[in-house]
Amino acid sequence: MLYSNTKPTESMESMESVESSSSSLPKIILLKPPPIFVHFETQFSRHFHFLKAYESPLPLPSFLAAAAADGVAAMFATANGPQITAESVFDHIPSLCCIVSSAVGVDHIDLVECRRRGIVVANAAGVSASDCADFAVGLVVDVFRKVTGGDRFVRSGGWCSDEFRLGRRLGGKTVGIVGLGRIGSAVAKRLHAFNCRILYNSRNKNPSVPYSFYSNVCDMAADSDVLVVCCSLSDETRHLINKEVLTALGKEGIIVNVARGPIIDEKELVRFLLEARIAGAGLDVFEREPSVPQELFSLDNVVLAHHQAGFTEECFQDLFELVKGNFEAFFSNKPLLSPVV
Amino acid sequence: MTNSSIPNPKPLLLINRVPDYDVSFFKHLSSYFTLLDPTAEVGSDREKYKDLLRTHASGVRACYGMGMSPLMKDTLDCLPALECVAGTAVGTDHIDLTECRRRGITVTNNGVAFSDDVADCAVGLLLDVLRKISAADRFVRVGSWPVAREYPLASSLTRKRVGIVGLGSIGLRIAKRLVPFGCTIAYTSRSHNPSVPYPFYESVHKLALESDILILCCTFTDQTRHMINTDVMTALGNKGVLVNVGRGGLIDEAEMVRFLVEGRLGGAGLDVFEDEPSVPKELFGLDNVVLSPHQAVLTPESIQASKDAALANLLAFFANKPLLNPVRLD
Repeated sequence: MLYSNTKPTESMESMESVESSSSSLPKIILLKPPPIFVHFETQFSRHFHFLKAYESPLPLPSFLAAAAADGVAAMFATANGPQITAESVFDHIPSLCCIVSSAVGVDHIDLVECRRRGIVVANAAGVSASDCADFAVGLVVDVFRKVTGGDRFVRSGGWCSDEFRLGRRLGGKTVGIVGLGRIGSAVAKRLHAFNCRILYNSRNKNPSVPYSFYSNVCDMAADSDVLVVCCSLSDETRHLINKEVLTALGKEGIIVNVARGPIIDEKELVRFLLEARIAGAGLDVFEREPSVPQELFSLDNVVLAHHQAGFTEECFQDLFELVKGNFEAFFSNKPLLSPVV
Repeated sequence: MTNSSIPNPKPLLLINRVPDYDVSFFKHLSSYFTLLDPTAEVGSDREKYKDLLRTHASGVRACYGMGMSPLMKDTLDCLPALECVAGTAVGTDHIDLTECRRRGITVTNNGVAFSDDVADCAVGLLLDVLRKISAADRFVRVGSWPVAREYPLASSLTRKRVGIVGLGSIGLRIAKRLVPFGCTIAYTSRSHNPSVPYPFYESVHKLALESDILILCCTFTDQTRHMINTDVMTALGNKGVLVNVGRGGLIDEAEMVRFLVEGRLGGAGLDVFEDEPSVPKELFGLDNVVLSPHQAVLTPESIQASKDAALANLLAFFANKPLLNPVRLD
């Protein structure tokens, strides 16, 4: 997740020491630049002054202490950055009052500690839900109908010599959605139009949706042809998709994950795929990104992506506006636009 | 249909096919018909095929047309008694429809046997192109994720303007699938359909001017050959995306390749080509193109449904009942 997009950015400002505050713009600490910052740095820098820990020769605790001495109250957090805990961050910068995350997931931030210290946290909730859902559906169709497999077959010259092994019909299949939040609901709505039957497993039943609720993900897997993982990562959902669930999903079953890698027991998943104990997978996320189990590279029934489900030009534009809006709200003593509850 | 309604002896049914088709359905067909399958004897020798027809098929009233196996005037000339051609395909550009019309031969296709699966695949191709799914898969498999510093952002499907070319059974299903993604739908077709809520455009050029995406799912005829030409692709624009699940000949393929290579078209998802299985090699190096081996229609279920549809039409024909899926012959 560490790349800039291909648009050129202006050359980065030379590193300033944290002590000098010649800029009159509100100050924000940046431990590590999220992709949205890399893309929109010029625009962000018109409104805020970023103190870049990653460009400072100071060790992080000293950097943060210096920022505290300056009364810096805001931080821009990235999902793939360092864990934000009392020990790593809060103890060194008691002036911190606000964290805005560039991602929806805030599992890298100790929210309990934030609540205790009165630090408000905003995430990117809602911004990428439809794009993530679109990508999830794209992966489902791709695995069922071998869109990428077919493309590979044609590009390798196979069409002129071999017979293409067809995919399977998606219509009429049963889709089990793990987590019926914004993304899960959007996935449901889309796959419903493909004549799929929708089931869901969530923390709570939602009486206003027409889909069948399962309190147990294993039971849902047993009744599903495809599982689509859309829930957030937490202690409860870590390795939620385990050997039992994959066994219940069965040899004809397919799994798609656009949520977080650690929700699936990746070692087991790889084993199940290699042994053909499930029929295929579409994976946008992995347990130890950017590392992807190499055994998957030779499989034709797997589609792999590098955590791209939320990465569109339009989503990034919306995300820029949301992050900027959250910081502007904080600095004008207004409620955050997208607080984490 | 019970056996009591099948005339005895069973009516003669010509199997019109090129070699290498799956013939497992013949066992079922032969419970209703006496099959005449010249290809089993003559392989791809078309002259011997016609000789066999002249000797054995003079009384044949019906033909089971497999897939895209050609049925042209020279073959029809050997079938003076032919009244009905029941095809397993949905397209009919492999049949001389003008000649059939002249002789009063009715032609049926497989109705909607393929429609849902084609629609699924068309949307799958579109998602792949816009969201760069196959490109991402290549990127990961080649080991680039840990090392690359840059990767282009993809394009959202939300609020994209989709122009459907041919709002038949496939086009309608594509529209139904795309609406929940937040796309707006417009279309061009042989005629305006007042019962659909989408805006109608009289020409594909006008539609292209107002669209971000064109999806081709219309019939291939002399009128629609190369309908996607320089003007249309220019109108669609350099961010425009083409998806073709109709026939390769709907697009001026050489021109499209030029447009794609020169960056004058945003991308393409192509299931069909002008000279299958030959695909222009220049496309293989492009990340904004997704290529598919004419399989949008093909799932095990749709293949079975297409055979069942042909059989159902044949049974209706021999029972003097209305045909289920007659094709327009003009």
